[in-house]
Amino acid sequence: MGRRDLFLGLVVVAGATLAVMEISRSMWSVKRSDRVDVTSRVVEDSSVRASVKTLDTAIEEGWRRSDVVPSAGASDLAVMRRMSLALTGSIPSLEEIRKFESKSPEVRLAVHRENLLKDRRTADYLAERLARSFVGTEDGPFVLFRRRRFVAWLSDALLANRPYDQLVREMIQSTGLWTDHPATNFVSVTFDPMTERPDPERLAARVSRAFLGIRIDCARCHDHPFQPWKQEDFHGLAAFFGGVRSNLRGIVDGEFQYSPDDARTKKPRTVTPHVPARPELCPSEGMPRERLASWVVDPRNPNLSRVTVNRVWALMYGRPLVDPVDDLPVDAELPPALVAIAQDFTDHNYDLHRLIRVITSARAFGLESTSETEISAGATDPESLWASFPLTRLRPEQIAGSLYQSSTVRTMGPGSPWLMRFISYTQRNDFVRRYGDTGEDEFNLRAGTIPQRLLLMNGDLVGELIREDLFTASSQIATLAPEPRKAVASAYLAVLTRLPSAEESEYFVRKLDGTSDEERKHRLTDLYWTLLNSTEFSWNH
Amino acid sequence: MIDRRGFLSMASLCWLTPVGRLLADEARRTREPAKSVILLWLGGGPSQLETFDPHPDSRIAAGTRAIDTAVKPIRLAQGFENLAEQMGSVSLIRSMVSKEGDHERGTYLMKTGYRPDPTILHPSIGAICCHELPVGPTDIPRHISILSGQWPGRGGFLGAEHDAFLIDDPSGRLPDMTRAVPEDRDAARLKDLEVVERSFARGRGARVRETLHRESVDRARVMMSSAQVKAFDVSDEPARVRAEYGDTPFGRGCLAARRLIEVGVRCVEVNLEGWDSHVNNHEIHRKLVKQLDPAFAALVSDLKRRGMFERTVILCAGEFGRTPRMNLTGGRDHWPTGFSLALAGGGLRGGVALGETDPEGKKDPASPRTIEDVHATVIAALGLDPGKENVDPITTRPIKLSSGRPIPELL
Repeated sequence: MGRRDLFLGLVVVAGATLAVMEISRSMWSVKRSDRVDVTSRVVEDSSVRASVKTLDTAIEEGWRRSDVVPSAGASDLAVMRRMSLALTGSIPSLEEIRKFESKSPEVRLAVHRENLLKDRRTADYLAERLARSFVGTEDGPFVLFRRRRFVAWLSDALLANRPYDQLVREMIQSTGLWTDHPATNFVSVTFDPMTERPDPERLAARVSRAFLGIRIDCARCHDHPFQPWKQEDFHGLAAFFGGVRSNLRGIVDGEFQYSPDDARTKKPRTVTPHVPARPELCPSEGMPRERLASWVVDPRNPNLSRVTVNRVWALMYGRPLVDPVDDLPVDAELPPALVAIAQDFTDHNYDLHRLIRVITSARAFGLESTSETEISAGATDPESLWASFPLTRLRPEQIAGSLYQSSTVRTMGPGSPWLMRFISYTQRNDFVRRYGDTGEDEFNLRAGTIPQRLLLMNGDLVGELIREDLFTASSQIATLAPEPRKAVASAYLAVLTRLPSAEESEYFVRKLDGTSDEERKHRLTDLYWTLLNSTEFSWNH
Repeated sequence: MIDRRGFLSMASLCWLTPVGRLLADEARRTREPAKSVILLWLGGGPSQLETFDPHPDSRIAAGTRAIDTAVKPIRLAQGFENLAEQMGSVSLIRSMVSKEGDHERGTYLMKTGYRPDPTILHPSIGAICCHELPVGPTDIPRHISILSGQWPGRGGFLGAEHDAFLIDDPSGRLPDMTRAVPEDRDAARLKDLEVVERSFARGRGARVRETLHRESVDRARVMMSSAQVKAFDVSDEPARVRAEYGDTPFGRGCLAARRLIEVGVRCVEVNLEGWDSHVNNHEIHRKLVKQLDPAFAALVSDLKRRGMFERTVILCAGEFGRTPRMNLTGGRDHWPTGFSLALAGGGLRGGVALGETDPEGKKDPASPRTIEDVHATVIAALGLDPGKENVDPITTRPIKLSSGRPIPELL
């Protein structure tokens, strides 16, 4: 063993010892505290309550109209799991669950939500998810684009809960270097080596998908087949970026030049900037990018709020109100819930935390994912009306995050030992690739795949995380919970965020009964393996 | 279901030319329909001028030269020296037209034979193969994508169980195929899993079935214990064969495709990405053609040697072609009106080049062909009726295997 390994070993032992002490103090006794946390006042905020009511009414109206009976309410732990997966990208730790259980039932979900909104893990995870729709998943031209800087900027902004319209404005109109002014990466990522400037058409596509919820870029080559957009609209939008350049000072506004080929004559022609709808909201004075930004974030222009609500909804429920998430129909009617909450988001100054509070306080968020009635062909699927919580496949990074979390007992993230953090960055990414990243902005995750099963059954990472040594949760539970019933319950909580059913408990307790030492550790490792390989672990429900 | 012969004789009544009728007769006499498809996917959109449709000495060639092939009038772009020798077994279509100039939409069209439609998800050709053709004693996934890009073939409304199984460079053993504990413990774990699964399925019956989680576990386990898994690993092949395909990930992919077809896989996509040459078109194509040419040619000759050529359709295509006019940075941009693809095997005619593009790159191509018709041709070669309908379970719309018509000159 080299000196470095020895050092790492000591750090781990020290960390684990602390963890063990902490755990033995708090984990095995569940104390109910009736002390109401200050953060629970948020639920008492009458404005949030009114917004939630509006949302609930819109959703319930849909149930009534289609004669759908909503599922029963889910357990608090089930809702807690959804919330953690949506906000931090990982299941809650055993530590968080114990804290959660110690709070009074009326406030614990709200307290958990408020804790998560203040948590850097949430900011980091949401920043990464949102960044996909702003700058894509690729690393882009390195000289001119720093994805990490951009995500870090976004994460800071989310943690500080800066109004969303301000962030959008910065992305569209910022000038300066991509390192000092990270918002400019939104522009610099489209740098086209052919023309040696950011690409107005790619920018138009990004703006329209991410901030307007329309796929106007489909009109790049032809008029849109299902939407009223014309090629002219696309070029008009792109023209706002006709003056944007990048040089040693970073992103700057230079001389206007945008002359795409005309579809019919195939000859270049100059296009002046113009917006595809509500031209009266677009200021006639100012730099083109500033004018565009003003138009996008104008409270009278509903698109930004609508597409944002649709996306945040998708992040919370695993599925958007309107699919695809960035293609809201222009002619067809939008879901009333989407329209109502979007207006509410605008009215409350584009407050993202508030929007998350509203969406995750809705009745629909707290419903069971089970349903009494089997879905028959032709009948309305209750999931489609949010009458039952949708069953959706977890994304690879959520699986990776949850794998780590389930194996460490303590809450992962900036607060956990640096070593863990380091491991989670390197191995995680390879895991995400192997599990199958689902691309930029996809919420329509279909069924699980064979490689995913192979990875979770036989993969190195899982083997590593459940191995029988001092530092894994399975071993800690084996050591610290001598009573089989408690050990099984703890494993279920750590991996599936719930207690075992009577049948499950009996079954696994019988397997542990009378075992000791090695045999007992084997059995607990097997239990961990089993829980990690269940459908329940890999799906949001 | 109508078989290929029935289909051809029926079809001949309404539209086949006399030549087509003759061919149909010949097909009836001589051969069984194809059983598998290998899709050589050139992601990004290859330039027709630097591949299958050179116009040497014209302005649009921008210096690209052409070489003679085994079939006299047909010439290929320089760099295809190996494929040129196999030209008698390969056919080209040089007048492909589509309305999709976007990578994602173009890929969807070429892989499914349908234009993207927000209300329905069409199955890719590989999924159709798996759904329509007999299963046989195959333990491994029957739809595989090697070195997959962003949009591998999908099951669409036929179901996610027909999605392509994705693998990397087949230069060694598949990862994660070995269980970590002894057999008895492994068996106990699976039995335990039933207990947890039962609990979760309560009240979620249909939905849990749709996750295909259990099927994936079962299929993964069948794979883990199957000798057929060796088909993924080309290191068993003699060095001479490997050299023939080329010592590249794509070459190994093509070799693995042949091995997989041999054990009953229905469709293998082998991906060669990177053709999106908006800048430095010629250099990009030179590098990629160096990988494509030996692999494609070796695949044809190897399949022939093993008597599998007639049972395997090879389709070599990307989502679109590239502009005849070079742009200012020596690149070519997207061009869906007048591009090329290659077809071989599966009983299709070889040594034919259909259609023609304008050497000045201005006029639309003569006798244009659609991607729909290419799909119908491949489906007909598999002995299936392109007009056969499957029903999309969500919209209950009947959808034909292909909306095109088989290309008579190739059948």
